Amino acid sequence: MIFKVFPKKKLSLLYELLAVNTMVGPTLKGKDRNGKSLYDFDVLYTFDDLALDYTATIHSAKRFVLPYHEKLSSFDINKTDWKKHVDINVYKPLVFFGMHPCDINALNKLDMVLAGNVYPNPYYIGKRKNIFIVGLDCSPEPQCFCHSMGTDSALHGFDMFLTDLGDKYFVEVLSATAFDFLSQIKSKEPSKKDHQHYKQVNALKNKNFATNVETNDLTKILDLEFDAKAWDQWGDKCLSCGTCSNVCPTCYCYGVEENIDLDLKNANKIRSLHSCNLLDFAKVSGGHNFRPEKSTRLKYRYYHKHRGFVEAFEESLCVGCGRCGQACLADITPPEVIASVRGKE
Amino acid sequence: MDQQLSYLGVPLTRPKVAFFDFTSCEGCQLQILNNEATLLDFLNLVEIVNFREGMSEKSDNYDIAFIEGSISRPDEIKRLEAIRHNAKIVVALGSCACFGGVNQLKNRFNDLNWVKKEVYGDFPIETIEVHPLEKYVQVDLKIYGCPIKKEEVEKIVTNLVVGKSITSPEYPVCMECKANENICLFELGEPCLGPVTRAGCDAWCTNNRRGCWGCRGPADVANVRQLEEIMHKYGFSNETMLDRLECFGGFASLTKEIKKTKKPAAKRKK
Ligand code: SF4
Ligand code: SF4
Ligand code: SF4
Ligand code: SF4
Ligand code: SF4
Repeated sequence: MIFKVFPKKKLSLLYELLAVNTMVGPTLKGKDRNGKSLYDFDVLYTFDDLALDYTATIHSAKRFVLPYHEKLSSFDINKTDWKKHVDINVYKPLVFFGMHPCDINALNKLDMVLAGNVYPNPYYIGKRKNIFIVGLDCSPEPQCFCHSMGTDSALHGFDMFLTDLGDKYFVEVLSATAFDFLSQIKSKEPSKKDHQHYKQVNALKNKNFATNVETNDLTKILDLEFDAKAWDQWGDKCLSCGTCSNVCPTCYCYGVEENIDLDLKNANKIRSLHSCNLLDFAKVSGGHNFRPEKSTRLKYRYYHKHRGFVEAFEESLCVGCGRCGQACLADITPPEVIASVRGKE
Repeated sequence: MDQQLSYLGVPLTRPKVAFFDFTSCEGCQLQILNNEATLLDFLNLVEIVNFREGMSEKSDNYDIAFIEGSISRPDEIKRLEAIRHNAKIVVALGSCACFGGVNQLKNRFNDLNWVKKEVYGDFPIETIEVHPLEKYVQVDLKIYGCPIKKEEVEKIVTNLVVGKSITSPEYPVCMECKANENICLFELGEPCLGPVTRAGCDAWCTNNRRGCWGCRGPADVANVRQLEEIMHKYGFSNETMLDRLECFGGFASLTKEIKKTKKPAAKRKK
């Protein structure tokens, strides 16, 4: 890997160079009822919109590669047949400025399913390949448990990754494009001292995690505890609202709906992200529902994240960002759910 | 207009449609007319034979009756039964028809005679407890909302004409609210019924930073018990919650439960 350093004051210059493209990044959205700042990822219009000291964004970066609603195709309906139009909805490259390791790893996991699998998804790949990602280091918040999931540092899936060393940034360079941009701002080779400093910063991050999830043998334990009482207790609280999936950077389940225009001259096919916690999720034609109970639906969300995906890809689908637990109005959080299923509250 | 309607070569019948209103503000019907861009296409799909708000001719020969409003007078029951008798499909249009709507708030008062006196003074008319259509006749389809969303009605009518199945989301408003990337109103210090209310409005109110009042009635899973906990956690009283839950009548059976078990809990606190 190639490493570089540049003084902090050059960050805006780097931003401006990249800003010939559409810029996306963390930005301040408002204050909550206690005066705490609320952040989300959004399109940025100036360097000042960028809030690099952000705490967990409400939503993940998912929507930029996997929109909540996406038109997959449209149809011109003639008298007896139709003409289909497909648009993968990629019009311009995006620069994503300031993505934490959990969110980069989330994209890498989505890649496994949507880009590398038996049925690659062109709508996803088109968008994913057209994003230039500037990663950014972070300090753990109370809800973060990425270190338990092995996603606290990102090894690939970005173009460059910035670590804050006080007065300068230490940069990991992964793409030729990133290298070019860094040459334009005259970044330097890091010194031995910079290496030292970088290692210290990362060691400090590792000390600061407040939340831990025991993942040893979790796939087996989930099988053993399939009928655990804990599922019913969490199920009682669950609102079946789908918020957890909507804010999760790796939930990708969807439903497809076909609509005919009122004039009967056009039709379209829309994919909308769904959630396994919704009542309609496992309903099939004829009206049968395979998972009518809240507890079963909730359980299967955990099974997909922490068991099914592990068996298919040898890693969990959860990156430990903690967003689902933060957003859940019923206070259902993965660390608590997993601990209770393991039998230690 | 007289030419044969068809979709992909399959001939379709234009259903004869009638609109009726009972106790309501007629806002739902207005939503349908309030639609210049697509009104002609709408009129091409169906044959409207009765629509007091939009035309003067009338006929009792119709396939689908769209009925707005709740039942609040004895004479309305007879008229409703006659419509049911004539129509193949009865569609309840909007919260009043589906749940009683805002009108049913009057049922909250113990003394309906006092209500009558307050409202009509010395010119009383005969009124009864407010109820949804379902109390008196079979309803085949419900279109939720106060008011209804015209896009939803158009979709339902298109699907009816081409013979596609018609579904309403079973999940709550939060799903749509989050997909629209709103900040949760509870975090901003406002109560919201989104977690228990049926979606389909695309989170109309919360998109505009107003908490949901539950006009579309309960989602198929409406965990009102948990909502109560959420309200308390964010500092809202049961009264605040019940005001909202009772506003449109959709949650009637669920609020009864809460009121029943709430009293002993309050006593315990003392
Ligand atoms: S989950 Fe990990 S990577 Fe994500 S913000 Fe928290 S500490 Fe950073
Ligand atoms: S776990 Fe929480 S966020 Fe997810 S569906 Fe249940 S109540 Fe909603
Ligand atoms: S399941 Fe929860 S903690 Fe895990 S990646 Fe999704 S939102 Fe983050
Ligand atoms: S604002 Fe209301 S609808 Fe939106 S997420 Fe919060 S509770 Fe749900
Ligand atoms: S957000 Fe709630 S009150 Fe507003 S339109 Fe939707 S269901 Fe009705």
